[in-house]
Amino acid sequence: MMNTWIYARNLVVGLWIVFKRTFTKPVTVQYPEEQPYLPPRWRGRIVLTRDPDGEERCVACYLCSAACPVDCISLQAADNPEAHERRYPAFFRINFSRCIYCGMCEEACPTNAIQLIPDFEQSEYARRNLVYEKEDLLISGTGKYHDYNFYRMAGVRTRDKDKGQGEHELPPVDVKSLMP
Amino acid sequence: MATIIVDNKSYTVNEQQNLLAACLGHGLNVPYFCWHPAMGSVGACRQCAVKQFKDDRDQSGRLVMSCMTPATNGTRISIDDPEAKAFRASVIEWLMVNHPHDCPVCDEGGECHLQDMTVMTGHVYRRYRYQKRTHRNQSLGPFIRHEMNRCIQCYRCVRYYRDYAGGHDLNVFGSHDAVYFGREQDGTLENEFSGNLVEVCPTGVFTDKTFFHHYTRKWDLQAAQSICPHCSLGCNTTAAERSGTLRRITNRFNSQVNGYFLCDRGRFGYEYVNSPHRIKRAVMRQKRHPSQLGTTEGVPQPLEFTADCVRQARGIVGIGSPRASLEANVALQSLVGPQHFYQGIDEQEGQLLSTILKVLQTGPVPSASIHDAEQSDAVFVLGADLLNEAPRLALALLQSIRQQPMEQVDELKIPRWDEAAVRNAVQNRRGPLFLTGYQRTWFHEYATDTYFAAPDDIARLGFAVAGSIGQGAPSVPDLSTEVRDLTQRIAEALTHAQRPLIIAGTESGSQATIEAAANVAWALHQQGKQPRLSFVLPECNSVGLALLGGGSLNDAFDAIRRGKADTVIVLENDLYRRAEQANVDAFFETAQTVVVIDSVENGTTAHADVLLPAATGPESDGTFVNQEGRAQRFYQVFVPDGDVKESWRWLSDLGRATSQEGGSESGVATWRNFDDAVSATAIAAPMLARIGEVAPSASFRLVGQKVPRQSERCSGRTSLISHLTMHEPPPPVDHDSPLGFTMEGYRGPLPSPLISQFWAPGWNSIQAVNTYQDEVGGPLRDEMPGVRLIEPVATKAAGWFTTIPRAYQPPTHQWLLLALSAVFGSDELSNQSPAIAERIGKPFLSLHPSDGARLTLEDHSTIDLVLQGTTYRLVVHLDPSTPVGTAGLSLVPEVSGVRVPAWVDLLKAIQTEQTRRAA
Repeated sequence: MMNTWIYARNLVVGLWIVFKRTFTKPVTVQYPEEQPYLPPRWRGRIVLTRDPDGEERCVACYLCSAACPVDCISLQAADNPEAHERRYPAFFRINFSRCIYCGMCEEACPTNAIQLIPDFEQSEYARRNLVYEKEDLLISGTGKYHDYNFYRMAGVRTRDKDKGQGEHELPPVDVKSLMP
Repeated sequence: MATIIVDNKSYTVNEQQNLLAACLGHGLNVPYFCWHPAMGSVGACRQCAVKQFKDDRDQSGRLVMSCMTPATNGTRISIDDPEAKAFRASVIEWLMVNHPHDCPVCDEGGECHLQDMTVMTGHVYRRYRYQKRTHRNQSLGPFIRHEMNRCIQCYRCVRYYRDYAGGHDLNVFGSHDAVYFGREQDGTLENEFSGNLVEVCPTGVFTDKTFFHHYTRKWDLQAAQSICPHCSLGCNTTAAERSGTLRRITNRFNSQVNGYFLCDRGRFGYEYVNSPHRIKRAVMRQKRHPSQLGTTEGVPQPLEFTADCVRQARGIVGIGSPRASLEANVALQSLVGPQHFYQGIDEQEGQLLSTILKVLQTGPVPSASIHDAEQSDAVFVLGADLLNEAPRLALALLQSIRQQPMEQVDELKIPRWDEAAVRNAVQNRRGPLFLTGYQRTWFHEYATDTYFAAPDDIARLGFAVAGSIGQGAPSVPDLSTEVRDLTQRIAEALTHAQRPLIIAGTESGSQATIEAAANVAWALHQQGKQPRLSFVLPECNSVGLALLGGGSLNDAFDAIRRGKADTVIVLENDLYRRAEQANVDAFFETAQTVVVIDSVENGTTAHADVLLPAATGPESDGTFVNQEGRAQRFYQVFVPDGDVKESWRWLSDLGRATSQEGGSESGVATWRNFDDAVSATAIAAPMLARIGEVAPSASFRLVGQKVPRQSERCSGRTSLISHLTMHEPPPPVDHDSPLGFTMEGYRGPLPSPLISQFWAPGWNSIQAVNTYQDEVGGPLRDEMPGVRLIEPVATKAAGWFTTIPRAYQPPTHQWLLLALSAVFGSDELSNQSPAIAERIGKPFLSLHPSDGARLTLEDHSTIDLVLQGTTYRLVVHLDPSTPVGTAGLSLVPEVSGVRVPAWVDLLKAIQTEQTRRAA
């Protein structure tokens, strides 16, 4: 007898809640017609960015590939004799079918080159389409970090910066000088 | 042995050491920069400060530099003392004040001693807000890159380059906080050991330029032990690969052989492996039976075709090679039968090698390792240009000349590691080093006496020295007073030494020189000394080949010419470097089928009917026997692409293909893996019986696991080949060694040949080798430094060599053409490396000025020399060190076909502009 009473009460309460919801605004987002807001630090698709001067930020230091827990990043460093000590990746490949979007690569990157952006729309019918090469990854902007230019800080000589012209650098030492 | 107390724990240490070395030997992490196990302490960087206490009641203590404090019994120190820690942290903070922010583009990054020490001391944030000093870099040639901004002024580079390696063109310039380490002006670093700067520099000032062009971080490299194939010394190297390209060679510590250093030929000569001239596919070129022409696609056809040829052959000639592994030579010997196996070296060289073996096997004097050479206190070199033929041995001798002055240092009670004090005590005194030869190099500056003469005269000097030391040794009566005086000086120096070393070269082809060296060593042994003998041999496996035996190349030519055989199998040997062109041409012309197994294209491979691509050293497993008679194992570093296989495997496959129809397999056909090759090698010759003890066998496991060739953090596993295939194929299986081509497997203490790269937690640079040693600078833990196959059994020399040549008197109009080795240029394989190729000099003919006058030649003039049917364009060097009546020919690739030594009539053979015009 007691149980029947409880069942009946639950039924009524449930129906009441359903009835109440018919007058509230639905939370369902009509994706893809309606795009959700994702914060800028949301960890989605990986891009390679450029520095404020429009040059590739990646210096092929291999730290992202070392940090990657699923080993899905591979690259090869190359040098361009015209750009002096400036390094760039001859190829840069991310196998997104393995990527877990953990963001370790971004954390490891000393030049802010590799960044995770709020884009998750990467579904593909064939896994091989998830292998992104450098031309697929490289964007023409600075991504989240607008001002950083590694080569302005680094001591090496590059095409547009001689020794001593970087930030916090003194002009090159004159070895022949004995002045204190 | 002494007991020291470090942070209230006692440790037993060697009291000959300093505290730093003692602590490092026990795995205690004390940071350091300027100290180096091979170069001692100078106490310059102040990084290794620890606190020393008077006794257990002393609470305050005082800071001392651990590298400058002897590890005396009862020393009580603290590494963890807060004051010492703060001191070390501030030292590194000062050093980092000017260190640039470029680790991501620095080749040292990830294996940088400065990074390791910075982490070890805990310096994290930069407090200094002011500017960094910068430097201009220099272009230092094809081997070394220079980035002076990174310098922390530890002075290791100049101490190594000038004090240890005898170089002159690297120095320190400037003053106060702006000192500069470089050359006086841009230019190639001239020293033959400049590559070690890469490892000596604790940071990225000097980095490997060849590595820069295909750069990869240390953790991504797949590495294994390799043995340098570029000279006869057999230095241990670590060859490292990534994505099918050999990326670099680094030194691999072996206490008995190369220690901490390599020569530039060994370090930078590796790129022959990546050469565009590599043979990657099995090729059939059917010049004689075009109807049977097979496609070059796939391997079975060339192999089956070769097997057919071998089966139908009237007779086979197998030509071995002193640059192929022992196993490959044994495989060939087994395939063709010992009576058809020829050594592939000319008769003279074979003769010299067998004399050397006889001297080492029957005489009472053992051969010297490089370590022994470093320890010897008097050295007599007979007719060898060490700097060019066996550079690492020359570096060892530069240390040996410190042995005798060191005795005085010991008397003064100065510890040997106290480098500055030792140098001060030694001043310019040098131990005895007598160099004889045919060409002056900078190395001769360090000699007590030099003697440049023709091979026969050098041998006479040797015999004379032996005659004046040994009782009953034959003496040389008719010597000039000058030579007699020299003989006296040498004999005196050698008899005053305890561990004299006699070195003889083979390049002059002089049998008498070797016999003279043996006589000197035996005479010293008779006097109760502990002499050592060392012979500089032409190639990396010359001794191995000699132990195996076999006919000479001429015998092989004879066998084909007389029609006893019609099929030739050439194993990794360019015959055009070993015999006159006409003879080799005729040999290939007469032979029905020529099968060549080789790795890089050369004159011989061009004549092959069947060309089988052989694996190079880093692509194969094998054993080399060095000039000391030490057998050492090298391991496959990576699986090559194409049809490339180890030579012994080709021969084994060939054996199987040949015996398929004949029924049961035997000999090489039964080989399935490298262990089979090793066991067959062990029974191939009596002296090779211990070859199995060289390194752990393929079945060796630790905790049931193989040993990985890759580091724990090797990256890119799931994306390296994902552009080719999405499937991740399993790594190749290695049936031939206890190593695996993976990062999975046993990690922990290992027998030394199995160590892939030196690394320890907190020690990412090559300085991690300290953590592999029980005593810093001593042997590695579980070291397997190779097996010495030749040990003396006799206690007394059986008898003296008595064939003393007559004084050199060249026939009229005849000059003795001698080979002048060049460290860059004379080695067949290293020449293929672009960096080495840049350093190869122009071919020259060196003459004594009096001969130059006789031939009316001017210094640096260009001549055409007609030699053995070919005309060579050479530059004349008039060099007073060239013995009168001889002519030195630099052995560079352009003249690699010339057979030397030879007699030439230079009056006829030389054509200058004038003679041509007159004609």
